[in-house]
Parts: sequence; structure tokens; C-alpha cells
Amino acid sequence: MTTPSIQVELSPSVQYLLRLGDTALILGQRLGEWCGHAPVLEEDIALANIALDLIGQARTLLTRAGELEGQGHDEDQLAFLREERDYRNATIVELPHSGAAGESRDFAFTVLRNAMMATWFRLMWERLRESSDAELAAIAGKAVKEARYHQQHSADWVVRLGDGTDESARRMRAALDTLWRYAPELFESDAVDASAAANGLGPRWDSLREPWLAEMRELLADANLDVPADSAFRSTGKTGVHTEHMGYILADMQHLQRAYPGGVW
Amino acid sequence: MIDMDTAVIESASARVQRAWQVLHTVLDPEVPVLSVCDLGIVRDVLAAGDGVEVVLTPTYSGCPATEVIEQAVIDAIDAAGLGPTRITVQRAPAWTTDWISDEGRRKLREYGIAPPACASQPSRAAGASAPIRLVARTKAPAIECPRCGSATTERLSAFGSTACKALYRCLACREPFEHFKPI
Repeated sequence: MTTPSIQVELSPSVQYLLRLGDTALILGQRLGEWCGHAPVLEEDIALANIALDLIGQARTLLTRAGELEGQGHDEDQLAFLREERDYRNATIVELPHSGAAGESRDFAFTVLRNAMMATWFRLMWERLRESSDAELAAIAGKAVKEARYHQQHSADWVVRLGDGTDESARRMRAALDTLWRYAPELFESDAVDASAAANGLGPRWDSLREPWLAEMRELLADANLDVPADSAFRSTGKTGVHTEHMGYILADMQHLQRAYPGGVW
Repeated sequence: MIDMDTAVIESASARVQRAWQVLHTVLDPEVPVLSVCDLGIVRDVLAAGDGVEVVLTPTYSGCPATEVIEQAVIDAIDAAGLGPTRITVQRAPAWTTDWISDEGRRKLREYGIAPPACASQPSRAAGASAPIRLVARTKAPAIECPRCGSATTERLSAFGSTACKALYRCLACREPFEHFKPI
């Protein structure tokens, strides 16, 4: 660990973009963990492809965040050289794929999170196409098509597993119990998105709550799953306060750049 | 002077024209029968100083071929003596498979890849949010087998060897094939 961390000037606009970019980046990193381990080859390919799209989206978002910050930070520096507290992803994407029975990777958990996140991203990208920032609007115009495909694919699995065998339904219910309480963070507004809404950069996150809930309720009904009760728990990843899992992801992600500063393929 | 200016203009437009010809020979590394022009990612070619500027639109956000293609374009145009070459990335409007040329579609079919159907449904073109059918095993439109032409095919996998493709098999000739997804 020889490369020093960078300090990012966190204006509201930069934070808004980092929240989006880091959420895509960390989910992409998590999905990459399935490579070579998925239950069937087709899903191995699917998860790797979705991860690739998410990391591609993260690259463009982090690049734009660096441009708005104006300190010369590029996508690689932002992805690999920040301290944990400077990552602004929603907590839900950093959770490991663990199943209720202690499996290190539970496919039910993965497809449910993907469905929740793809639905959220699709709604977000649709709104961001109207961004006052032409570059962000252009990124959204491309990403919305990718998110739509991710949503269809993962929703399909939620229905198959939720309305499947006793075992698959049990796993989906357990995954839903774990994940649902992390959803509210995706729909809470604060000074960062109030600022973005005021200058037209992007929507307030709370404006996505109702459309997201409507789609998730329909999906869960098709999957024969009950919508869990609301919980008072609130996760805080987008303000930089993460779970204990985040440090391990960053250690994995950052190791090469820290050990071999500026290393490229 | 007037003659010289005309000569400069003519040489610039000739350079652009020759650059287009060169671009028709630059192939997509992941579908090496399609040129970057067939793929529809070359949005413009402009004379820039003594060289040319090529405006490219990326296909997928995470497509690992993007940088390879950019370098291949630079190498090909420089090798033809038309450089220096500058690449400008233009993200809007977003690339769609509707920009794949008829020639490109023919080449895809001959290569064994079913070309994409029209992606621009009216609701999407208008910018409205497209309804998503959250129903198990969404019935996809029939994809014709690129080998025997049968429409009796089934999807094996929504994702394929690259971001832009899905896997199918033909129930008539029993051959597996790839389908270029419409986006």
C-alpha cells in the first residue's frame, strides 16, 4: 500500500454523481464475484454482462464527477484511490451475496437485489435523460436501455424463484427480508439531491419512491411474495458511512493500484 | 489565391472521402465481418488541420471493444497517410441497433448471427418510459434462424459471448446461433 489516497472536493453536484457512479461501481464489483460460480453457465454470462454494463456506466459517471470537481481526478483515481468514507454508494449494493443459511453466495439474494436495483436505475436514468448537464443526459440515454434489459432479466428470475419450489421460495423470502430494509435509503432526499434538483442536474431521490414501489409490488405479487412491512432501520452508505463489508470490497478493488501505482493493462 | 483555396478545400474533402473508404475496412473485433461503418458507430468524419477527426458513438457503456476500435480507427487512417487522426466520442443520441446498415445485417446473417429487429418502438422513440412486463418467461418475438430461415427458434440465454448478443437455437435445423439484441 504505497499510493496515497486522493482527497475529493465534495460539492453537492460531485456528491450526486459519486452516489450514482459508486452505486453502479460497487454493484458491478459484487456481481463480478459470481464469475465462474453461477448455478448455470447462462447465468454466469448474464451476471458478468450486467456487471460489465454497470462498470461501464460507473466509468462514465466517475469521469464526469472528476470533470465537475475540476481537480484533475480521472475515473481510475476516483475508483481506486479514495478512502472508504469518500465512497457514496447506497449500502444495499455493498452487502455480500450471503444466504440465510450462511452460504457465501445465494443466487436468490443476487437476483432480488438486481431486480430492485435495475428497477431503481431504470427509473433514475429515465429522469436523468432530462438532466441540465448534457453529458449526464447522454450517459443516461445509453444506460437506460441497458437497465431495461437488466430489469427484465432479473425480474424474470424473481418470479421463477419466488413462485417456484418450496426451497426457492424460502430463499427468496429470506432475501427479501434481508434486502427490503435497505431500500429506503434509495428514496431519501437530503441537501445533495435538493441541490441537484434545483440546478436541474437530476431528480430528488424521494421522487422515485412511488413509481419504484408500484413496480416492485407488481413484481412481488407475480412472484407470490409478500411485500415486507416497513422498518425504522436506515442505512447511510450514500453519506459515506458504510457497513463492515465495504472495507473488504475496497481492499479487493484497490489492491493492484495501491501496490503498483498507475499500473495499466 | 482563389485557386489555392479551392485546392485546399478539395484536398480536405478528398481526405474525408478517403477516410470513409478506410473506415469501411476497419472491423469490429468482436463481430469481425462488420465494419465500424456497417455497425453505425461512425457518426461523422471531418477534416481537422492536416488530418481528420472521426466522431464515434459507443455501443454499450461497458463494451470492452470500444478502446480497441478507437485505436484500430487511428491506426488504419494513419497507415493510409491521412492522419493525424483525432477521435471524438459523441454519446448523444445513444447508439441503437437501428443504425446497423442493411449491408451489415446481410453480413451478420451470413456470419451466422441473427440481425436485430427494429428497436425504436413508438413509445420509446417519443422518450416515454417503456412499460416492462414483469411476467415470468416473457415471450420474445420470433427470431429467424440465420442458417435455415426457420422462425421456430428458442432463446437459450438472454446474454451471450458479448454484451450485444443473446444465444438461441433453431428447432428446425437444430443449430445454435447468436442474435444481435435490438437496443
